[in-house]
Amino acid sequence: MSNKNKITAKQVSVFYGSKQALFDVDLNIAEKEVTALIGPSGCGKSTFIRCLNRMNDVIDICKVEGNIEIDGQDIYDNSVDVVQLREKVGMVFQKPNPFPKSIYENISYGPNIHGIAKDKTHMDEIVETSLKRAALWDEVKDRLDQPGTGLSGGQQQRLCIARAISINPEVILMDEPCSALDPIATAKIESLIDELKSLYTIAIVTHSMAQAARVSQHTGFFHLGKLIEFDSTEKIFKNPEDKMTQDYITGRFG
Amino acid sequence: MIREQRMKKRYAAEKRFQFLGVVSIGISIFFVCLLLFKVFSTGSTAFFKTTIQTEVDFDKKLLELEDIKNPTLKQIKEAEFFDVTYKAATSLYPYKNDEEEKSVKLLLGGNYEYEIKSYLLKNPKMLGKKVIIELTASDDLDQLHKGNFPRNIPEDRRRLNNFQLNVYDNLVEQGKIGSSISDYFLFSGDSRDPEIAGVAGAVIGSFFSIIICLIISFPIALMAAVYLEEFAPKNVITDIIEININNLAAVPSIVFGLLGLGMLLGVFGMPRSTALVGGMTLSLMTLPTIIIACRASLKAVPPSIREGALAIGASKVQTVCHHVVPLAMPGTLSGTIIGLAQALGETAPLLLIGMVAFVVDVPSVPTDPSTSLPVQIYLWSESAERGFVEKTSATIMLLIGFLVIMNSLAVWARQKFERKW
Repeated sequence: MSNKNKITAKQVSVFYGSKQALFDVDLNIAEKEVTALIGPSGCGKSTFIRCLNRMNDVIDICKVEGNIEIDGQDIYDNSVDVVQLREKVGMVFQKPNPFPKSIYENISYGPNIHGIAKDKTHMDEIVETSLKRAALWDEVKDRLDQPGTGLSGGQQQRLCIARAISINPEVILMDEPCSALDPIATAKIESLIDELKSLYTIAIVTHSMAQAARVSQHTGFFHLGKLIEFDSTEKIFKNPEDKMTQDYITGRFG
Repeated sequence: MIREQRMKKRYAAEKRFQFLGVVSIGISIFFVCLLLFKVFSTGSTAFFKTTIQTEVDFDKKLLELEDIKNPTLKQIKEAEFFDVTYKAATSLYPYKNDEEEKSVKLLLGGNYEYEIKSYLLKNPKMLGKKVIIELTASDDLDQLHKGNFPRNIPEDRRRLNNFQLNVYDNLVEQGKIGSSISDYFLFSGDSRDPEIAGVAGAVIGSFFSIIICLIISFPIALMAAVYLEEFAPKNVITDIIEININNLAAVPSIVFGLLGLGMLLGVFGMPRSTALVGGMTLSLMTLPTIIIACRASLKAVPPSIREGALAIGASKVQTVCHHVVPLAMPGTLSGTIIGLAQALGETAPLLLIGMVAFVVDVPSVPTDPSTSLPVQIYLWSESAERGFVEKTSATIMLLIGFLVIMNSLAVWARQKFERKW
């Protein structure tokens, strides 16, 4: 009953200078589902996710080979504008990184630069909807003019999620969004991800196997730059085919 | 036992280390205090001048205005003041011969005739009356009054002869010698007579130079730093540029003076001795300093801010202009102010482009000939008159004052605009 594929990656290899970080990864991410990428540190899962919105472009020595298509469009094609790609594929980072501006400005920045809001009222609406979708509205609605950096870690991360969805992307990439948060904040983000998947295609990198099991429908296991196994989350956690996957999810290595 | 010995040794080493630190700080503070004490004790008197109460007779006849009933200001201005001033100057003390007459007149400052005339122009009602005016005393009397001239050395080695000392003592007895805040020092230009020489020309010259230096160097340095830090690819060319910028920051300033002399004056034929050329030369010198400060503060902006902006689809330029540069502003501003403070204290390059000239008029535009504060210090320190010694120190006080203000401004700018993340 899997949805149709939103993102298809074929034979993706990534090089940092002469060092190869990813080896021929084939992976499909289904529309309006959560796909989790797990694996030990340095296995290339973050590298892979950063290929999907071309964040690796900012690293001079990074070279991407292979083919990544979103809705059938090769995103590494010369005709693709990286700004438009990132408008479509949002990203949330490991460490909450709100801009040192007000909460309102944090959300309105994206719609502003893409000219999404028609006027001030429309912008107010966008800010409200984004914050509501990120389950942050009730906590900050009275202090939208206060700096976003003054919020707690979990609130900051939800602010970053709100910022990502303010421009109405189709895909949201999350790179270990809970690794800097406490369990309560993590639980909030997880239930948020669960709600968001009806609207957006989500790919999440996580170190927590429990988290992958809780939030995702598909899981990919990376090891040393290779995609070892990719299947439905249920299958990966209950009945993995590869011995290494089994060892990893049962905590025998990693 | 061994353990205790080792602990003792460790504590001793720690104490020694801290003691050395305290000693170093103590030595630095001692020298700063010594400098400040020396400068202030010599310089503070320069803000005061010695005056002599002199009776001036604005007699219409002496002014050759007896035929005019109610002379206008213009007519007073054009009147003949020679007799009035002569009479006033010679009335200080009865003299016997030409020699003594000259000695008496020399007790008044080089500008006393103008002071008398401007008094009447300001108070035209005093025409035909006798008034007591406090006239600026000469440098020699000024220094004598301030106690800088010893009296017990042979007459031929003194600036004031015995007769003049007598006159001085007599005037002091009559209570005619006074002292007041010197309007000359702060509000007039340079002069050969120390008692009427001032720093206004140098202050304005320095001000113009610094403003021009800021206008030229800040935008160029900021753009260069932003491009090198955010946009330029890392390759051999940018490496060479980076090394050269760092080297330029260490080049002796006089070399930039030569460049200014050769390029700005020689090739482009710009006016010499002007604040315009001075500011341009100084901006050559401050550019590398400001570029380095800007780059350091751009580097200090966390990469997560750049990623956050890029990830919601901001272009590179938007990321830099909306987020990185504003966050780097405090460091950039304080770096710029410190660079300018450095330029304010710079002498060598200005000597080469001719800002060392003797300029009496206070400049009104940057293309007027002028000097600057450090050059004025250099000029006065070379003068023989005793009065310039205190003027030199007082100018140093002003310069230190301006530097303290600029550096405080840098600290304030950093704290005011700093944002936490």
